[in-house]
Amino acid sequence: MGILEIKGVNKRFGGLQALGNVNLSVEENTVHAIIGPNGAGKSTLLNCLVGKLIPDSGSVMFAGQSVLGRHPHEINQMGISRVFQTPEIFKDLSVFENVLIPCFAKRDGAFRMHAFETIEHERDIIEQAEAILADVNMLEKRDMIASSLSRGDKRRLEMAMCLVQEPRLLLLDEPTAGMARADTNNTIDLLKQIKAKRNITMAIIEHDMHVVFSLAERITVLAQGTPLVEDTPENIKGHPKVREAYLGEAQV
Amino acid sequence: MDAIILQILNGLDKGSAYALIALGLTLIFGTLGVVNFAHGALFMIGAFCAVALQRLFGLSKTTIDESQVDFLGNPLKVQTPYLESWFGHDFGQALIDWSVPLAILLAIPVMLAVGYVMERGLIKHFYKRPHADQILVTFGLAIVLQEIVKYYFGANPIPTPSPAAFRGSLDFGVLVGFDANVIIYPYWRLVYFLFSGVIIAAVFAFLQFTTFGMVVRAGMADRETVGLLGIDIDRRFTLMFGIAAAVAGLAGVMYTPILSPTYSMGMDFLVLSFVVVVVGGMGSLPGAVMSGFLLGILQSFASMNEVKSLLPGIDQIIIYLVAIIILLTRPRGLMGRKGVMEE
Amino acid sequence: MLGLNRKDTILMLIVIALTLGAPVLLNPFPADSAMAQFNAGYPDLMQRFVIFGILAIGFNILFGLTGYLSFGHAAFLGVGSYAAVWMFKLLSMNVVPALVLSVVVAGLFSVLIGYVSLRRSGIYFSILTLAFAQMSYNMAYSVLTPITNGETGLQVYSNDPQYLLGNGPQVTHLFGLEMRAKAVVEMGGWTFDFSVGYYLAAIMMLAAFYLSLRIFRSPFGMMLRAVKSNQNRLNYTGINSRPYTLAAFVISGMYAGLAGGLLASMDPLAGAERMQWTASGEIVLMTILGGAGTLIGPVVGAVFIKYFENIFSKINEHVLHGWFGWLPDGVEDVVTWILARFVGEGWHLTLGLLFMLVVIFLPGGLVEGGQKLARLLRRSRPDGTTPSNTPAE
Ligand SMILES: Nc1ncnc2c1ncn2[C@@H]1O[C@H](COP(=O)(O)OP(=O)(O)OP(=O)(O)O)[C@@H](O)[C@H]1O
Ligand SMILES: [Mg+2]
Repeated sequence: MGILEIKGVNKRFGGLQALGNVNLSVEENTVHAIIGPNGAGKSTLLNCLVGKLIPDSGSVMFAGQSVLGRHPHEINQMGISRVFQTPEIFKDLSVFENVLIPCFAKRDGAFRMHAFETIEHERDIIEQAEAILADVNMLEKRDMIASSLSRGDKRRLEMAMCLVQEPRLLLLDEPTAGMARADTNNTIDLLKQIKAKRNITMAIIEHDMHVVFSLAERITVLAQGTPLVEDTPENIKGHPKVREAYLGEAQV
Repeated sequence: MDAIILQILNGLDKGSAYALIALGLTLIFGTLGVVNFAHGALFMIGAFCAVALQRLFGLSKTTIDESQVDFLGNPLKVQTPYLESWFGHDFGQALIDWSVPLAILLAIPVMLAVGYVMERGLIKHFYKRPHADQILVTFGLAIVLQEIVKYYFGANPIPTPSPAAFRGSLDFGVLVGFDANVIIYPYWRLVYFLFSGVIIAAVFAFLQFTTFGMVVRAGMADRETVGLLGIDIDRRFTLMFGIAAAVAGLAGVMYTPILSPTYSMGMDFLVLSFVVVVVGGMGSLPGAVMSGFLLGILQSFASMNEVKSLLPGIDQIIIYLVAIIILLTRPRGLMGRKGVMEE
Repeated sequence: MLGLNRKDTILMLIVIALTLGAPVLLNPFPADSAMAQFNAGYPDLMQRFVIFGILAIGFNILFGLTGYLSFGHAAFLGVGSYAAVWMFKLLSMNVVPALVLSVVVAGLFSVLIGYVSLRRSGIYFSILTLAFAQMSYNMAYSVLTPITNGETGLQVYSNDPQYLLGNGPQVTHLFGLEMRAKAVVEMGGWTFDFSVGYYLAAIMMLAAFYLSLRIFRSPFGMMLRAVKSNQNRLNYTGINSRPYTLAAFVISGMYAGLAGGLLASMDPLAGAERMQWTASGEIVLMTILGGAGTLIGPVVGAVFIKYFENIFSKINEHVLHGWFGWLPDGVEDVVTWILARFVGEGWHLTLGLLFMLVVIFLPGGLVEGGQKLARLLRRSRPDGTTPSNTPAE
């Protein structure tokens, strides 16, 4: 039994079958990559996991509980955090506030009427937030307004926001897209570190094969909404069906 | 049965006004993505075009008739409208009598001009601003327009009669086999209903059969793509805004015999028309028209004595109640496309 | 002090000093000088400053922080007034039960409206609140006449039960201290009125301001700003945004109820026109004029609007001729004619224009405008001190 069990998930958009009978199991404490060509349904699959979409049929179990029909905030409180394909951050808030919010969400739950507490007095939370900013090398940018960050920094900020929650399952939708090579390598190192430090399961969508093969322990190839194969990276590399369907002529 | 028909008929004229205003609101929202809180003011300006023309036609020159004396023994001053002295008594009188329908000719250029200035001078700068800003700036504009009209025309309702030929009522009941005098319907309301039907049909035909209309419809469905095609959307949007303004203005001109215009009439109609748009479905033209008539008729049913005695005060709140229920159960409205501002 | 940091403490102290000193500060001109008409230091006007200040501070907690634009807040003001007058009719003229009930009733009413309206956002939310407010307004004039007394408005009559009245005063009071009581101090040519009513309302406003300051600096306030910034991200971060927005809505509704109760306490009368949507529009205007999302902006906006409403309504063409008499005749006529359109009856025109100008040129309101100006001045200073990046107060 994996920590995440997806069984027979279907999702149609009008005439388009975005997901067709997807079965997928993610083992606890592994990094599981999902790859596939553009429009394969990778983001749609994540949307079904975090409560943005409800599949037409099928089941999604996380740690033995169904996530279907739950609100996004409930699913997050169950332990799933997501980094989006286009960065979703609080663009009018400072970098520091951006990481404070997940800290509060983790400690206080989905709602708490903390109207008469003062942020400055929350020592523990401030330390946590500073620590994670240090981890992603953004401590010196803590007072910047998030919308003024570079694209790569926005991604790193979003990743920090998810990591600071110490989720049991971290979903990453193309975390390195639009990053410079150096930043990409930093991100890989960061994810490896986090992985080593904490018991964190990751599902990562990525087009950059360098990232995939540096991190993944298992890989699922998705094409036209259906999983083609699932295997270890070594086997995927040589798999003829995969070469044909996805990697094409690309050098691996 | 006769009571039901009567209420439907009674609802039609108000419904027509709602439909016409809501149509313009939807066009503007659909093409420009702008929430126009000044649209009621455009309706009001249209109504005052009729008032202005009536005043203009009434301008008289004063002559002194030596052959008659007033009660003080002075020679009698006689007021003759210029129209009469220019065109002869009969034709002059006819023009004056027909000033409301004739005001359409005045209202079209006036409303197009007002629409043009409004769009170029103000709305244009708000395409990319948040809806809250659009609401606020057009709300301010509505107040300004309203106060200007109030300055020139005063705060009291100004009676603007329909042409004499339409002053009676049609005994509609007799036509469909009821007793005399159970369903009577003023001629002018019938005119108004037919008039709005023509306008609505014209707008739809325009959108359906002209290339211009095609671009506008495409733009309403998917603004970005049309922008990418290299079509000069800006100029069309300006014209679209002018047309929406003209539709609201014409609705106002012809409504004056039904409701004597006051400077504040626009606000009253605006709030209701917005509700109409929301019920019909933000961005849906047929939805706007349909829900305009629907709510007009519903309102007139709610003001029946039988209903009022059952649910006191229902006539005052029915429209809002319907809107609240619709918004909560079916946020995209009766005919709104899925995904258009559903949140 | 009181859970505030140094900067906020200073801000709070400044606001306290200005509010308590207002009867003196707002009367800079000797009572019999020509400029006395610009004095604002009389109780009636100052009460309006602080009461509408409360209203705007509350509205700002909703609109300024969460971005939810309510077009129906006047309904809570009206409900607060009705509740207060009912307390005067049933119990006694003591304002304490009246204020308590007005806050409670407005709170309950806003739970109801907020619960429904907040299921939608953006323009839909605005229209829902507008629909609720118009519905309340229409009902106040029709079915609810037994409660609201319709067009006449609700007032206290001598045959009202007033169970607790006893020998107490027949006018509104705070445990015997009559609202209209005042101490008049004459100093040289100056006259200062220190009225009980003003100081009661002022203390309420200070409390309201302190509360809003705490909310702004709290995790709760940060969550509200996050709602405005990116509600989706907030939900995916494990926060349920709805109770937060509902709490903000109810808090701001209670502020409006308090303001309504205070209005009735100063003048025990309540009418439905207080609930009309133009009244809601005025609340919005005060808030954005001062600066939505800033701390003192709403109060600045409320004072600004109520002051100029008062001054402008007093000025007429005659007064203008007096001012511009020194101009050549033709020019004088033109100038006074133009200006006359904006004063007296023309106040609403000015208000509408102001609305537009603020939204177009000063989206951040007067407070932000002032900060920009200050920064500009500082930058143009030769010693080249760098402009600081203080966030909006
Ligand atoms: N909300 C939606 N409504 C309609 N169609 C959608 C919706 N979301 C996704 N689709 C369609 O579903 C298909 C799968 O989209 P998805 O975003 O999941 O692809 P993807 O694998 O993430 O691709 P990419 O690598 O480009 O991000 C696409 O054809 C897309 O156009
Ligand atoms: Mg994708």
